Amino acid sequence: MKAKRKTGLVLFPAFDWAISETHPEREERLLYTQDQIFEEGILDIEGLLEFNPSLASTKEVGRVHFCVPKAESVVTESHYISAGGCITVAEAVLEGKVDCGFALVRPPGHHAMRVVHGARGFCNINNEAIMIEQMRQVHGVDRVAIVDTDCHHGDGTQNIYWHDPDTLFISMHQDGNTLYPGSGFPREMGGPNALGTTVNIPLPPRTSEEGFLYVMDRVVLPILEEFKPEIIINSAGQDNHYSDPITAMNFCAQGYAKLTDKLKPHIAVLEGGYSIEGALPYVNVGIILALAGIDYSWVREPDYDPEEVEQTEEVRGSIIRTCDFLFEEREKCGQKREKYLEGKEFVERSKTVFYDTDNIIEEQKEVIRVCRECAGVLKIDSYADTKNHLLGIRIPRKSCKTCQEIGRKWFEEGNVARFNLVCLQDGVNDEYYVKRK
Amino acid sequence: MIVGLDVGGTHTDVVVLQGKEIVRKVKVLTDEEDLLKTVCFGVFQAIQGLEVKSIERVVVSTTLATNAIVQEKIEPVGVLVASGPGINPWAYVIGDHYYPVRGAIDHRGIELASINDSEILEIGKELSYKNIHNLALVSKFSVRNPSLEFKMRDLLADNFQSVTLGHKLSGHLNFGRRIATAYLNAAVTQISRKFYNAAKGCIEKEGIQVPLEILKADGGTMAQEVTEQYAVETILSGPAASVMGTLTFADRTKEEVVLDIGGTTTDIAILVDGVPLLKPLGIRMGGFNTLVRGLRTFSLGVGGDSWVRLEGGELKVGPERKGRALAYGGPEPTPTDALVALGLGQGGQKQRAIEGIRRLAERMGESLEEAAEKVVSKTCALILETVNALVERVNQQPVYTIHELLKGRQINPSGLIVIGGPAKELAPRLESMSGWQARVPPNYDVANAIGAAIARTTCEVTVLANTNRRHVIAPEEGYVDTIDWRATKKEVIRIAFDLLRKKALRLGAHEENLEMELLEDNEFRMVQGFYPVGRNIRVRAQVKPGLIYPYSEAGA
Ligand SMILES: [Zn+2]
Ligand SMILES: [Zn+2]
Repeated sequence: MKAKRKTGLVLFPAFDWAISETHPEREERLLYTQDQIFEEGILDIEGLLEFNPSLASTKEVGRVHFCVPKAESVVTESHYISAGGCITVAEAVLEGKVDCGFALVRPPGHHAMRVVHGARGFCNINNEAIMIEQMRQVHGVDRVAIVDTDCHHGDGTQNIYWHDPDTLFISMHQDGNTLYPGSGFPREMGGPNALGTTVNIPLPPRTSEEGFLYVMDRVVLPILEEFKPEIIINSAGQDNHYSDPITAMNFCAQGYAKLTDKLKPHIAVLEGGYSIEGALPYVNVGIILALAGIDYSWVREPDYDPEEVEQTEEVRGSIIRTCDFLFEEREKCGQKREKYLEGKEFVERSKTVFYDTDNIIEEQKEVIRVCRECAGVLKIDSYADTKNHLLGIRIPRKSCKTCQEIGRKWFEEGNVARFNLVCLQDGVNDEYYVKRK
Repeated sequence: MIVGLDVGGTHTDVVVLQGKEIVRKVKVLTDEEDLLKTVCFGVFQAIQGLEVKSIERVVVSTTLATNAIVQEKIEPVGVLVASGPGINPWAYVIGDHYYPVRGAIDHRGIELASINDSEILEIGKELSYKNIHNLALVSKFSVRNPSLEFKMRDLLADNFQSVTLGHKLSGHLNFGRRIATAYLNAAVTQISRKFYNAAKGCIEKEGIQVPLEILKADGGTMAQEVTEQYAVETILSGPAASVMGTLTFADRTKEEVVLDIGGTTTDIAILVDGVPLLKPLGIRMGGFNTLVRGLRTFSLGVGGDSWVRLEGGELKVGPERKGRALAYGGPEPTPTDALVALGLGQGGQKQRAIEGIRRLAERMGESLEEAAEKVVSKTCALILETVNALVERVNQQPVYTIHELLKGRQINPSGLIVIGGPAKELAPRLESMSGWQARVPPNYDVANAIGAAIARTTCEVTVLANTNRRHVIAPEEGYVDTIDWRATKKEVIRIAFDLLRKKALRLGAHEENLEMELLEDNEFRMVQGFYPVGRNIRVRAQVKPGLIYPYSEAGA
């Protein structure tokens, strides 16, 4: 057997790590997937290369996150390995060792936002974002697209790239009215400097293969075509599966393989998926075969019954309406941008973030500079009920002179008597600065 | 006394050991067309005039199965494959009589679809009609539940001379390799059965009444009586024989590299604390990946007879071999000739070697000594580069736990054990270039036969327990039992060692040589709907490749 596309695989089930005794994110999660991969002889396929994950460094984490109060308190070895595994795959792709790759790692990361006070949605740090910033700072990549096919809205990734016009973030997920984290609606389209580079397609419960592939053809592929990314990343969560215990969708292994085949991501990263015996083994094999360009037509779940998961007329209609609405809203981006440019120099937004896994509440106020020349300097005032108070400042990678100056000034003025932590992410010089009490 | 025999491509070596003494050392020519005659004649030569009653053990390592596979002189096999969902079963097609059939087992060992009796019977008829007498019956996940393989066997066995069931050959997961391994096993079963029965007959005729043992690719032995079940395991025993022959000489606290420098190739193996490393899943043979346990040896196309020439001004050594060294009447210069030119090699036609190297030196614009030095250095450099690459690969082997990733043992060799023709001459050079101590064992010219003589019986078992379903199984061994829901890993390990001991004894082992160890012992808490429901325990254990008592003792 030979792969049409050389495919790199980091398979790191972390058999010695769990969030807690009976938590879905536990040692056993990828056990049966590993069994299936081993039994199918995937690792013997010519052109399929397995790598051990590297460990991400605190510097790599600091490019993306403000860890509060410090990295060691919210990031453990397992997280460094998970993010490191993604970097390993990305570097294998960029160095030309493989054409594409799959980081089958845990724990997941797509609910981790810019500021990290703890774990939310089983995630501490954002694996994809850490990988992308490594690709940019070390390997000179610029335009990147992330297509998040996890059943939950990738709110962490959306938060991190909200203001970045060079990162296209597309998420298709179960409607936030019916599932955690409750966000990800079509009107969420990005900040004032990045309107339209965030795309959300909420799908009704019981969406099937037909609906997912429809959204791919109607929304995802055309927008990707228009954005022209150098690298496409798939946040390949597998909890849209009909057998998943914590969601309500009707997707299947064949569908995941077909979706992967349509998307042809350079890098796929495992996110959620907790039907560990009935879905993950088959979905993962399907994704790997589709990435490698090998016949996946025989891949299906043992209990798969197409009639049982067939899409209803009602679901079909709802998906079509959502897509129509999405395009209508996208039409308005240009106009909205004009309004911002004519309006105030600094735009504020406030929100409350709940860390469900660690039970922490964070109050956040964010200020972005509306800028014609760059992604705009960003300031975050974040206070959590752990009594940690952060002032985080971010100078974007391709920042203009003015935004750089403002960012540095904000950092200097940051008062450690008021905030117990003042941080600066300097994307221009790839540095991270911290002031503490 | 112990007799060890290793059939090589050109020569067959035989030794007779009495304690630590080598009482006989015989070299006979190998007759590829009649290996049986070679083996019988070799044994006959070696025991001439010795007291046959005091022979306690006879071990042979032959190229029978390897040659049959490589030269495609194997018997036709009907292969029936129950794959179920997954990779298209046609991706694993092997041989000329391959039949994907209905039936499926999943990763939990649950039978999802049964086989269709009439489909199987129909195929059986077709195979009989085609005059095919060997069967390989394989299902996906048969190492979790072999029921489909058994059902196929029950329907067909009566009409066939040999039946190989996939799950009997290895406990490892890998459907494609299982198919290939079962196919190759079925293809050489009858050839092996005939050969070893005859070999046993001929040593009996010499008055030797002890069981005959056969060397395997993992450097262990098995009794002749069981070879017909595991015929495929005798492939590639040659390189393993040589490695085993160096073990009495190995340092048991270090990581070392064994180099067997032959005419055409150098075989490289790695020892960790005096134990050779095995391939993670199995060796590659005849273009197929298999589940046959084998030493992690690597064969590099550089040896004493490698062709030495200039290509675009650059000095090249191997991988091609044009014949023997000039010093031995060959057509082209070789590393052996370079050694002779430096006054290091003994024997042969010294002048021919010198002339050949001189011609090369003139084209290089260097003196004879300089050119000869360069040839020797280049040869050693190629070998050492490969050693380093191999060590690197071993160190990058995938791991699946945080503990192993952060704290896994890294191989860092500190010594070389060099055997083969030019071992003595090249060892000092290899030592100075690598910085590793290089040693040449005494009797290094018959290390292979010694290795066969004193290798112990090896084997492996895999035991799986599921305390939720309250069962414990070892399908390879036909073992199924119930287990308490509170059972722990310790209990499963005890079962594994128990099964391993029984298996080893069945394969011909002696109690004093059962050095057993765990290869894998994993325990997973299983959760269903946020409630713990039990534990999934997986244990794999082996009798380590090594030497029989008393050769296994340090300083032996
Ligand atoms: Zn999810
Ligand atoms: Zn700017």
